[in-house]
Amino acid sequence: MEYLLLFVATVLVNNFVLVQFLGICPFLGVSKQVSTSVGMGIATTFVMVMAALASWLIQHFILIPLGLQYLQTLSFILVIAALVQLVEMFLHKSIPGLYRAMGIFLPLITTNCAVLGLALNAMLRNYNLGESLVYGFGAGVGFTLALILIAGIREEIQFADIPKPLKGQAIALIIAGLLSLAFSGFAGMI
Amino acid sequence: MNRMIKDFLRGLWDEHPTFRIMIGMCPTLAVTTTALNGLGMAAATTFVLICSSVLISMLKRVIPAGVRIPAYIVVIATFVTTVDYFMLAKSPELHQALGVFIPLIVVNCIILGRAEAYASKMPVHFAAIDALGMGLGFTWALTLIGAIRELLGSGTVFGFAVMPDGFAPIKILTSPPGAFITLGVLLALMNVVSDRIAQKTKARQEKAAS
Repeated sequence: MEYLLLFVATVLVNNFVLVQFLGICPFLGVSKQVSTSVGMGIATTFVMVMAALASWLIQHFILIPLGLQYLQTLSFILVIAALVQLVEMFLHKSIPGLYRAMGIFLPLITTNCAVLGLALNAMLRNYNLGESLVYGFGAGVGFTLALILIAGIREEIQFADIPKPLKGQAIALIIAGLLSLAFSGFAGMI
Repeated sequence: MNRMIKDFLRGLWDEHPTFRIMIGMCPTLAVTTTALNGLGMAAATTFVLICSSVLISMLKRVIPAGVRIPAYIVVIATFVTTVDYFMLAKSPELHQALGVFIPLIVVNCIILGRAEAYASKMPVHFAAIDALGMGLGFTWALTLIGAIRELLGSGTVFGFAVMPDGFAPIKILTSPPGAFITLGVLLALMNVVSDRIAQKTKARQEKAAS
């Protein structure tokens, strides 16, 4: 029950993208088509769960016993970079279509602040291993949800008559604002 | 010399990191609830950007091409940790307000982007000037967004009350949706301004030609 609550809170109430502003770059960059968004979301979710696991193990078996907490940021980002490389190699070999579709944004999962933010937040809140994993999965699902929502809307307005200065990212940001407004309605839920 | 000035100015407008290239968006949206928070965040980022650009430029012959990205990340993360602990010691309130976004400077695409695209190929003084320009560009953007949200959302700028008594704050601007909407509107305004400038230059050129 606790885990379910944590999951719902992470996906909806504290949505990583729309409420906490983590992972805005891919959110604005790869959200032009629903199909690429789904792929990007799944890849990111996978990296997030792995990162939650790896960062928990590093924190509790290496950094704390050796008193090296000041190396937290450094070690987490390196582990995440290695994980992303792994996912990239896997996709390149087994799903080349998806690999091509994601193009430049795949290596950019490393610099997706949602992944590092998740690892740091989980340590800050002293989550145990189970909670960390649920938190990581919830963060990934929330990210995917936000990405698919905005991609769907952007596909719809592609042929709409938007005032010229608003075209492109400006209108995307305003749509994101309205989505964020909708998500703030979840605030009182838990 | 001219080249240096050009490189410096590039970050302030033509290749502005926030409004043109749209990188480093997470802190831009998240911590700009007040002008002071925006300025603090931008100052920390600028410091890391300059230090790491200079160091990476110095080390460009030492770092093997195959592992350059992890090497850059290590350099950047070192400076970020320095800033993190410095801020915790000197200004705990600001550290509290910026929260997780200070360690997240590591993954700010502006820094890695400049390291990869510029600092790793250029001599030290060019790298420093370029980093300073980009950092100041980022700083004016974050301070401006913070000031607008603070002014309309709570009627103050840098903590000083500036609005008249009858002013009812638009609370939503200090909450997450307000960040997206403020930036969206600012981007649209920027587009209008640069369109005007482009038209004027074009008209002037045509006049000169005829």
